[in-house]
Amino acid sequence: MEIKVLGPGCANCHRMEELAKTAVKELGIDATVTKITDIGLIAMHGILSTPGLIVNGKIKHAGKPLPSLDKVKELIKSE
Amino acid sequence: MLKAFAHYVVYFLFGMEQGRLSGALEFFIYDTIKIFFLLSVIIFAVSVIQSYFPPERTKRILSHKREFIGNILAALLGIVTPFCSCSAVPLFIGFIEAGIPLGVTFSFLISSPMVNEIALVLLWGLFGWKIALIYMGTGLFVAIVAGMIIGKLKLEKWVEEYVYTIHSLGITQELVKQKFKERLVSARCSTEDILKRVWLYVVIAIGIGGFIHGYVPEDFLVRYAGPQNPFGVPVAVALGVPLYSNAAGVIPIVYALMEKGMSMGTVLAFMMAVTALSLPEMIILRKVLKIKLLAVFVGIMTITIIGVGYLFNAIL
Repeated sequence: MEIKVLGPGCANCHRMEELAKTAVKELGIDATVTKITDIGLIAMHGILSTPGLIVNGKIKHAGKPLPSLDKVKELIKSE
Repeated sequence: MLKAFAHYVVYFLFGMEQGRLSGALEFFIYDTIKIFFLLSVIIFAVSVIQSYFPPERTKRILSHKREFIGNILAALLGIVTPFCSCSAVPLFIGFIEAGIPLGVTFSFLISSPMVNEIALVLLWGLFGWKIALIYMGTGLFVAIVAGMIIGKLKLEKWVEEYVYTIHSLGITQELVKQKFKERLVSARCSTEDILKRVWLYVVIAIGIGGFIHGYVPEDFLVRYAGPQNPFGVPVAVALGVPLYSNAAGVIPIVYALMEKGMSMGTVLAFMMAVTALSLPEMIILRKVLKIKLLAVFVGIMTITIIGVGYLFNAIL
């Protein structure tokens, strides 16, 4: 499974990355979490408000407020 | 009732004598409670409304609109679409990529931070709903006009070239439809977030406001910032630029300054400069705009805001 966290590096983007990593660990699944910080790349992925969460090529979350850890797990599991 | 409570605390609970210090303290207690009550309620309500207008949806609505109608819509959507200046760049690129005209994109970028919920709440709570409405109306007007001028000037060439080379990867948007209850939960989250971020500024500002209220003579500012002083408005605008992100901290102080003779037009211009002309946002936008376009943008905004200041000084 491929998980991407998109954000230029604000506090919320770091928190989102942590959330995704924790979710993967707690779910015990095999997944890579990549962070995309390049503004152009973020825009190319169709994210308008950061942080964004993309799971297997589908946008699952964009913007604030951040989803809860349970919600992130749910979003990842839905793939 | 709140007034009576503040009065009770200061004169009976603390047993203070009528005086300057007690006046300042009464003002502080009354305003703090009122402002935090309003902030919590309104930010919560606004967050629920905003959850219906994610930027992705706003982009879709605006992508088929022509100028003028597009500018008006963009300015209106700017009020209800949540926006954080840290997302200004992806948002800008996304809008341009979707074929939204440059001027329309600017109308959105201007209105979104300027007509924001925190500013509106504080204006409403301290200055009354009429002033809050005037601020909102003028903010929309500035966003529409400035966006239209930028559109008419055909400045697309002053956008960084790479912006036009970015094409969407066509990733499917699977933003799940939220249930109403989920909207309420995340609205509570963002209300807590915002309050956590601004509470200290608000308390300090109300404190300074209380001090000004109690200690500064009644017509102290009339000479410097009253309607008769032609330099009041431009100076207020210049002072407003570095004060970004402190709209929450600025308004209670401005309120107290108005009591001491700062005129309404100057107040409005100052508020607009604080919210719409911010240094950090300029630096962020520099990533997508060439310096010339940035200068034109700042120039047009400055002139329009100063114009608004003079206009309201003349008619209010």
